[in-house]
Amino acid sequence: MPAYFLTRLVSAAWVVLGVASLVFLLIHLVPGDPVEMMLGESAAAADRQALREALGLDQPVLQQWLGFLAGALRGDLGVSLYSQRPVSGLLLERLPATAELTVAALLVTLLIALPLGVLAATRQGSWWDTAAMGFSLLGVSIPNFWLGPLLVLLFSLWLGWLPVSGRNGIDSVILPALTLGTSLAAILSRMVRSSLLEVLGEDFIRTARAKGLAPLTVTLRHGLGNALLPVLTLLGLQLGALLGGAVVTETVFNWPGIGLLTIEAIQRRDYPVVQGCVLLIALSYVVVNLVTDFLYAWADPRVRLGSGS
Amino acid sequence: MKRLLPAVLIILAWTLLALLAGQLPLDPDRIDLQRILLPPAAGGGLGFDDLGRPVLDRMLVGARTSFVVAFGVVALSAVLGVLIGALAGYLGGRLDAAAVVVMDVFLAFPGILLAIALAGLLGPGIDNVILALATVGWVGYARLARAQVLSLKQREHIVAARALGSRLPRILLRHLLPLMSAPLIIEATFGIASVVIAEAGLSFLGLGVQPPQASWGSMIRDGVRYLLVAPHLVLAPGAALFAVVLAVNLLGDALRDRLDVRADTQERGMTV
Repeated sequence: MPAYFLTRLVSAAWVVLGVASLVFLLIHLVPGDPVEMMLGESAAAADRQALREALGLDQPVLQQWLGFLAGALRGDLGVSLYSQRPVSGLLLERLPATAELTVAALLVTLLIALPLGVLAATRQGSWWDTAAMGFSLLGVSIPNFWLGPLLVLLFSLWLGWLPVSGRNGIDSVILPALTLGTSLAAILSRMVRSSLLEVLGEDFIRTARAKGLAPLTVTLRHGLGNALLPVLTLLGLQLGALLGGAVVTETVFNWPGIGLLTIEAIQRRDYPVVQGCVLLIALSYVVVNLVTDFLYAWADPRVRLGSGS
Repeated sequence: MKRLLPAVLIILAWTLLALLAGQLPLDPDRIDLQRILLPPAAGGGLGFDDLGRPVLDRMLVGARTSFVVAFGVVALSAVLGVLIGALAGYLGGRLDAAAVVVMDVFLAFPGILLAIALAGLLGPGIDNVILALATVGWVGYARLARAQVLSLKQREHIVAARALGSRLPRILLRHLLPLMSAPLIIEATFGIASVVIAEAGLSFLGLGVQPPQASWGSMIRDGVRYLLVAPHLVLAPGAALFAVVLAVNLLGDALRDRLDVRADTQERGMTV
């Protein structure tokens, strides 16, 4: 059993190394001289040299790479070119806002997706099913940067119930969370439906029905309990989509999280901060997926005892 | 099939507009300060934006932007991804192991995060958008192609072709590719939808096409500032975007049902 966890951990470590290297390479992959890109063409030669040294760009690439990895391990991601503050401090400052938004959006996702998926699966082929799957298709097709302004138009400008943007109090998180959560709920509700439909066809469901359990107990305890396993994996992947999608949603609502920091840093050509943001988001994604895999393996012995992978 | 008609019509209209936008008598960049933020009126198209430019004309030109990017990115990433994935799956060994690690690394960047960073570093412009999105997009096709090849390569006709001395390119193109085409077509269809959203998303973030070139995403970006006084600036391009993406997704669903492929293509899509 520990073998599964160990293999998974080792492969995750490789991925982390690859992710960090790719983030490091971002600056070098871009055609042209990064220093020139940052300072513009009119910069003085002395300024260029100073920036080159500040970024360590005057060293051999291999050494820069090792330095970047060693620094990242210590939590040292360099210094912002714009504010002259350590990147890790900037990230820590923005982390609570993104975490708050992510949790709220996840809550919205589950609140929409679970009932919708269960309803669609238990009434397969009915009007409910059609409506739920129609919602799912709409949700997948509507981009966050359009849904967001639409919600603002309706709830903030016309009805005046919720703030337009910013992060002040609990009601300012509602619209961003709805925006982020809807598209995820769209995908997740499909998954809940198909997974539940599969489980509801199993023998043990018939047994549970035959021994006279209430239909709701059968569906929720025996059906959903088992159907949620594959959903769990998808939810892990989704959380990553949440983190990635947060860049757009945070921009729409001016939500001061990591995503907005990414965009601000890109606009200011503040490369160390861009690298830090991308690295942090990607690493959280890797960790979340690792944790979901472990949870899955813990909940489902078939995985860790290895008939599949 | 009948239910698909609206979707097919929307996709056709989008394609035609993209191809013909150069020929139509449009002036998407004409600034007219007298018409600033005028709402849609009867006979007056869809109103005017914050510089007095006609929203309808800009939307039609924006159709072209999204079309060019969508097909450019999907073509580029499909060719690249299938090549890498199929080679890795067919040849196996260290090459395959290396390819899997690289794919895992790319998949570790959620959604279009990597494309955002790349587009940001490369600077605005339609070429850079295509480059950034294809850098992220090839992985999906590579994963799919690799999985397909792994399950196909022990088939008798492949073994026979190898025994007869067929070379690698011939085996890949003539014996493997036709058998993998169904799932690839479905992946590419959903790919079009997600790239349309991704391009608009990058343009919304200010990382897409350069002004004054029109994109639905940058139109929404510009319009958001006037949401209260001129909601049509956000509603019109957003509705076009939504309609195209919905139509392509409907087509993808129909193809998936028809070609009977059990593929979870959408789950790793570029949610924006």
